[in-house]
Amino acid sequence: MLKKRITANLVVKNGLVVQSIGFRKYLPVGKPSVAIEFLNQWGIDEIIMTDISASSNGKGPDFNLIRNSTKKCFVPLTIGGGITHVDHIKELMQCGADKISLNQSALNKPELITEAAHIFGNQCVVVSIDGISTENGYRVYDYLNKKVTSFTPGKFALENQQLGAGEILINSVDRDGSYLGYDLKLIDEVCNQVNIPVIACGGAKNANDMIEALKLTSASAISAGNFFHFTEHSVNITKAIIKKELDVRIETHANYAESMFDSNFRLLKKEDQLLEQLLYLHIEKEII
Amino acid sequence: MKKNPSVVIIDYGVGNTYSVANAIRFLGYNKIRVSDHQNDIRDADAIILPGVGAFDEAVRNLKSRMLHDILGENALVLKKPLLGICVGMQLLAEGSEENGWNEGLNWIPGKVKKLELDPSFAVPQVGWNNIVFSKQDPLFTRTPDQPNFYFDHSYHFETTNDHRIAWCDYGIEVTAAVQKDNIFGVQFHPEKSQTNGLKLFRGFLNSI
Repeated sequence: MLKKRITANLVVKNGLVVQSIGFRKYLPVGKPSVAIEFLNQWGIDEIIMTDISASSNGKGPDFNLIRNSTKKCFVPLTIGGGITHVDHIKELMQCGADKISLNQSALNKPELITEAAHIFGNQCVVVSIDGISTENGYRVYDYLNKKVTSFTPGKFALENQQLGAGEILINSVDRDGSYLGYDLKLIDEVCNQVNIPVIACGGAKNANDMIEALKLTSASAISAGNFFHFTEHSVNITKAIIKKELDVRIETHANYAESMFDSNFRLLKKEDQLLEQLLYLHIEKEII
Repeated sequence: MKKNPSVVIIDYGVGNTYSVANAIRFLGYNKIRVSDHQNDIRDADAIILPGVGAFDEAVRNLKSRMLHDILGENALVLKKPLLGICVGMQLLAEGSEENGWNEGLNWIPGKVKKLELDPSFAVPQVGWNNIVFSKQDPLFTRTPDQPNFYFDHSYHFETTNDHRIAWCDYGIEVTAAVQKDNIFGVQFHPEKSQTNGLKLFRGFLNSI
């Protein structure tokens, strides 16, 4: 059976991965190449890298940065930010991208979605939608112009599906960097309209939020950014917890299947006797 | 088994060639060309037909680069191992109904059709699915039983049981891998399937 996907969302600003808070505040995390290599080793299912400075400076994608960041990426990589032309996509495919994500172009140049889907197939085109809650319900937010549009996320997602999008990434502006959990109503609004896969993003604090979003909505993937950056083995540990309730892929050598966690999902120390035995356990390095 | 075989990754304008080259380079092979030149194809020990793209566009690009004959000569006559990935695998079929009917290379019997599924299954199929293989050697000699691979597709290859060597469950049995003699095809993306994908490439290249 198809597994639910646990994906990482890397927000890049001026060549650095940043922690994004409410679409306003950005704190530096580190180099994209390092973040990608680590996430890959920890068994992430997919990586979405969005360069938020590429749209605002109008220069288009930073191909060199992407080429240099993707050498050790053996999981699917979606690249977003500054894509305004089919030639950008062609070039990105030669830099290590497997899919592309469109956000501003979905608002301003929807014909690019159709054109890209026609050349690269709809499975290659992800449309990323930023949703914000207003007095009149959810609306699509235009982060570049910092303005709330009149589109509703569900209907906008459906229009994009009809134009040729193969996946929708729905991000909550209100929950971004808040650690308040996913905005389930927003995710539902989108899932109910489309029958292409939906990736939910924004607000995850821990594995419980992810389990909740995957169980209570029909999203086929969840994404987190900030949450994965700051702990060693964050991905395999999270997946080990999720695996107890949902079918996710966990194939890393360190799978934490036998581990115990406290109520905050911190690893509990193993019995002294067990640790003693592990001390002399010889683990062969796997040769591929 | 040939030590350090040369590999050509066919560049026909719609593939994620860099990702495929990266994966093979990571395994230690260094005679890798990403190319559409006839000479590079002639010089190679193995051919990879990558794919992220629509079928009609892929066929058009193969034609405009005049790759039909040279690929046929090397795969069918000289019997060089060839691995098609995703739309590269679908090209091996008689044809596909993506964006209207288009003829493929017609090397493996069967047609490529849209995934017609129960509405509870999203199309495209995107994500990791475990496969069941019926023929282990050489692609799956190193992978565990029922390995997970990354799929991303809206169309699938309906072929005969003789040629289908692996399938995955997505409401229906979706063809995951095909083989006819030295010609292989996989619907999933081994270059993006982490360790299992690398193991598949190793199996394929060890078969030379």
